[in-house]
Amino acid sequence: MDYFIELFLSGLTRGSIYALIALGYTMVYGIIGLINFAHGEIYMIGAFTSFIVATVLSIYGFPLLAIVIVAGVAAAIWSSAYGYTVEKIAYKPLRRAPRLAPLISAIGMSIFLQNYVLLAQTSDFLPFPELIPEFAFMEPVAHIIGSSDLVILVATTVVMLALTLLIKFTKIGKAMRATAQDKTMALLVGINVDRVISATFIIGSALAAIGGLLIASHIGQINFAIGFLAGIKAFTAAVLGGIGSIPGAVLGSLILGLTESFATGYVSSDYEDVFAFSLLVLILIFKPSGLLGKAETKKV
Amino acid sequence: MKVHIKTPKKIQALVSAAVVGLSMMIPVAGMAGDTIKLGVAGAHSGDLASYGLPTVNAAKIVVAELNAKGGINGKQVELLIEDDACKPEVATNTATKLVSQKVDVVIGHICSGATKAALPIYKAAGVVLISPSATSPDLTQSGEYPNFFRTIASDDMQARAEVDYATNVLGVKKIAVIHDKGDYGKGLAEFAKGFIEKSGKAEVALFEGVTPGAVDYSAIVQKIKQSQADAVIFGGYHPEASKIVSMMRKKRMDTVFLSDDGVKDDTFIKVAGKDAEGVYATGPQDNSKNPLSQAAKDAHKKTFSSDAGAFYENAYSATVAILNAIEKADSTEIAAVTKALQAEKVETPVGSINFDAKGDAVGVGFAMYQVRNGQFVEVK
Repeated sequence: MDYFIELFLSGLTRGSIYALIALGYTMVYGIIGLINFAHGEIYMIGAFTSFIVATVLSIYGFPLLAIVIVAGVAAAIWSSAYGYTVEKIAYKPLRRAPRLAPLISAIGMSIFLQNYVLLAQTSDFLPFPELIPEFAFMEPVAHIIGSSDLVILVATTVVMLALTLLIKFTKIGKAMRATAQDKTMALLVGINVDRVISATFIIGSALAAIGGLLIASHIGQINFAIGFLAGIKAFTAAVLGGIGSIPGAVLGSLILGLTESFATGYVSSDYEDVFAFSLLVLILIFKPSGLLGKAETKKV
Repeated sequence: MKVHIKTPKKIQALVSAAVVGLSMMIPVAGMAGDTIKLGVAGAHSGDLASYGLPTVNAAKIVVAELNAKGGINGKQVELLIEDDACKPEVATNTATKLVSQKVDVVIGHICSGATKAALPIYKAAGVVLISPSATSPDLTQSGEYPNFFRTIASDDMQARAEVDYATNVLGVKKIAVIHDKGDYGKGLAEFAKGFIEKSGKAEVALFEGVTPGAVDYSAIVQKIKQSQADAVIFGGYHPEASKIVSMMRKKRMDTVFLSDDGVKDDTFIKVAGKDAEGVYATGPQDNSKNPLSQAAKDAHKKTFSSDAGAFYENAYSATVAILNAIEKADSTEIAAVTKALQAEKVETPVGSINFDAKGDAVGVGFAMYQVRNGQFVEVK
């Protein structure tokens, strides 16, 4: 039973990691129907930014909490700037183009950003400072769940709730929903669609940056390629949960994380991806739009 | 139609070129009756040339030095250099050519695949082969090639060093073998598993592969804990190793962690930080304190005004060892040379070596290192 709980908790952590990235995918898809393949790279840039800021601040001897907050804010701003720019450069000019064009442009952006960081920074793995300390109150259960796992779980829950509230109750949230439903109609009732789309990219990128900080601190190392695999898994999770749906992204991520964890624990880690993707295929056969996704209706 | 007319012409040209080439070679072969013919075969062109060319340089340096001193028992040594591009299908031609030129012994080949393809031809002709770089365990352990020797440790030596250290020195009873599903990591892990089972001193508690680059390894770490292994042998590279070690220490596990030279890298210590302390990793023996190694490198710099490349020291040692054996045996006959290679210890850049009955160099191999105070320190 202990073993089951341990696997369950590590599955939850893994799922929350995917969720922090998957939320960005699902938001962008929900609004403009684009799979933003460069999102994994935005996460990677967030991790690098917080790495640089945290390293500089720790040289000057700032307290840990201050470092975390400043690094988090800096990473969120920097990544948002990248997300905003990527949208303006690579997606906005293609808004009226066939669906395939922005998709290819997104893949191009992903490759570009990876290589840009490779050239501008380094190809080596860098040791990421331990920004999440080992809490004293976690010591009795440290062998089952670590402090960074706990922080990631809490952060994912908070972020998901905040996003849901933002979309349900704020003005920009309403505008986002309107844009998602019908872009032309939203324009007609006076919504600045371009601004809504930019806001979506900024929020999604900031989330990815926070994820980058937390996840890199949990893993302890970063390099230019970390965004790729994490991005693919998060995208899978978003599709599993129903792309375009916020709770769906979180649900899909948790299911993916738990499946991988139990597959490793009870079968073999050689097969964790096999199980994860078999599950994806199964769910998509019976629910083509994902667990919580809305069936896409053709607009006439 | 054009094609049909052209082809015979081309063949004709080729044939005549070959005839000219052959007729030019005959006098050379005829003249060299009282020299010792040392073949050097390996990749001298193509993608893998950088692995083969340092061997040519090593042979040139050793032979030039020896000839200047009067050769072996009064005979000069002549080099026959042949390219196999590391391709098995070319290597058989290379071997046939060298044998037809009455080569006495051969340094090479460089790649395991090419060496394996060429070996039967040398075996039939009774030619001794000594490779500086072919690491496939089969070449010596299958027992099929009594004419094969090498001055490099075989691929399974690392796994053997890890298992021996874990079972004999650390005395662990249950070992979890983890790998990264790659050629290098999985290959090593499979050897390690085999050696553990054969030793009978410990059991394999777990044998699993992890996905490189995954965001989190806590599930596999839980599984290692559940298996109650005393030690983990990991086959793979440092990014995964540091993630697994850190996760184990985070979960308050003090399980011994042993790995390979893919982990014996300063980046591992840098990334894993304090969690790296106490981790064992095998790595090539350190020859830098051997004066012969320094002398060999200096000679390369003097002759070719560049730094020596891959396998240079192994090739230098192979050349020294084989020429020494010919001198001691006063013959190039396979039986006499084999006996001398096995019996006579010779001082080379890779240490004082002789060869075991299977053809592996005794005294060449991997040493065990442990991270202590942020540095890899050799442990016995």
